[in-house]
Amino acid sequence: MLDKNQIAQRIARELKDGYYVNLGIGIPTLVANYIPEGITVTLQSENGLLGMGAFPLAGEEDADLINAGKQTITTLPGSAFFDSAMSFGMIRAGKVNLTVLGAMEVSESGDIASWKIPGKLVKGMGGAMDLVASAKNIIVAMMHTNSKGESKLLSKCQLPLTGIKCVKKVVTDLAVIEITDKGFLLLEKAPGVSVEEIKNKTFGKLIVDGDIPDMIFEQ
Amino acid sequence: MRKVYLNGDEAIHDISNGSIIMLGGFGLCGIPENCIAALEKKGTKELTCISNNAGVDDFGIGLLLKKKQLKKMIASYVGENREFERQLLSGELEVELIPQGTLATRCMATGYGMPAIFTPAGVGTEVATGKESRVFNGKEYLLEYAFDADFALVKAWKGDSFGNLIYRETARNFNPLMAMAGKITIAEVEELVAPGELNPNEIHTPGIYVHRIFQGSNYEKRIEQRTVRN
Repeated sequence: MLDKNQIAQRIARELKDGYYVNLGIGIPTLVANYIPEGITVTLQSENGLLGMGAFPLAGEEDADLINAGKQTITTLPGSAFFDSAMSFGMIRAGKVNLTVLGAMEVSESGDIASWKIPGKLVKGMGGAMDLVASAKNIIVAMMHTNSKGESKLLSKCQLPLTGIKCVKKVVTDLAVIEITDKGFLLLEKAPGVSVEEIKNKTFGKLIVDGDIPDMIFEQ
Repeated sequence: MRKVYLNGDEAIHDISNGSIIMLGGFGLCGIPENCIAALEKKGTKELTCISNNAGVDDFGIGLLLKKKQLKKMIASYVGENREFERQLLSGELEVELIPQGTLATRCMATGYGMPAIFTPAGVGTEVATGKESRVFNGKEYLLEYAFDADFALVKAWKGDSFGNLIYRETARNFNPLMAMAGKITIAEVEELVAPGELNPNEIHTPGIYVHRIFQGSNYEKRIEQRTVRN
């Protein structure tokens, strides 16, 4: 079973040289810590920044410089600021190569629910609906099951949707799963996790084709 | 032409009960602190606020919520405010949650003189309920209308007495868009200078969009999630 950092580490292997990437709040933010050596990846923060750097050193925080999670950040050489309309303009126009975000539920057809639990929790969709409606490649980073142990991968989402038929891949603490026309396709499993366990904890249609390799982590 | 006002109290004097106002900022970053403080002091009620977020319990729009000055909130994300959640769940506050890019682009449309936009955000979700849609090149888009707001309250870094504005870092966010979208736009700046002192190449918001400007004071510029590395 993977911890949150390992989920981020596995997703970082999807990054390619020259990519512009939007990382959502939570596990996705951690992906920034594992960008492979030797490639240039530019992080987009939808509140108006390309070229997001690390968190600042204590004493160097700047109230005018935050990420979409409202955390203090820094910029890298070559960064650019812009307004929120241009930020979502570049997202809508397909300029951002990869979006990584969290979810409450993902369906086998690639629908995602992430913003509301009726009667309980209403935080709002923020930029998630814009991102999932336009991004070319969307990877969801989440735990495989919720706090009650129920699968977050379903044949159909139960919660209000954020977007439809948009998720391409899901990386959880148990598995890497691709969304295909035929359902969830199991690509890799976490070290020490059996295919049987993944099957039992996936409520949608899970396709297991041949031997499933373990995820590889370069140390 | 007089655009320069003394302070927030004077600049917002005619915002009245029931007004529709836009407020710039993302979280607490780049919010019009002085205008919010003046509205709280004035006690204007039944306000409809259009803003990406609703502040936190004791700062930003949260100050107006606490005094029950809001009738309706139009925002994209409201997760940081318990009083907001309480008023929402109890039905005291009317809330319309809309996608962040839709919010930004509806402001932009107003400032660009366009009545509506088409966006794919929200297709297939409850956001699409009751909305017109149209298919372009095989993909579905929702028709979303430009905003119609009485006042826009924005915060800039520097401005001049003609109303030209320059923003700083990510405190830009919604500010230039809302500045374009108010019937009356009120800008508060950290530094107000004479015409000619700002480089015309660097102006983000041309003064034609700004009706009132004042130099704010006592900026707290609170940080919501102070995060540092070791």
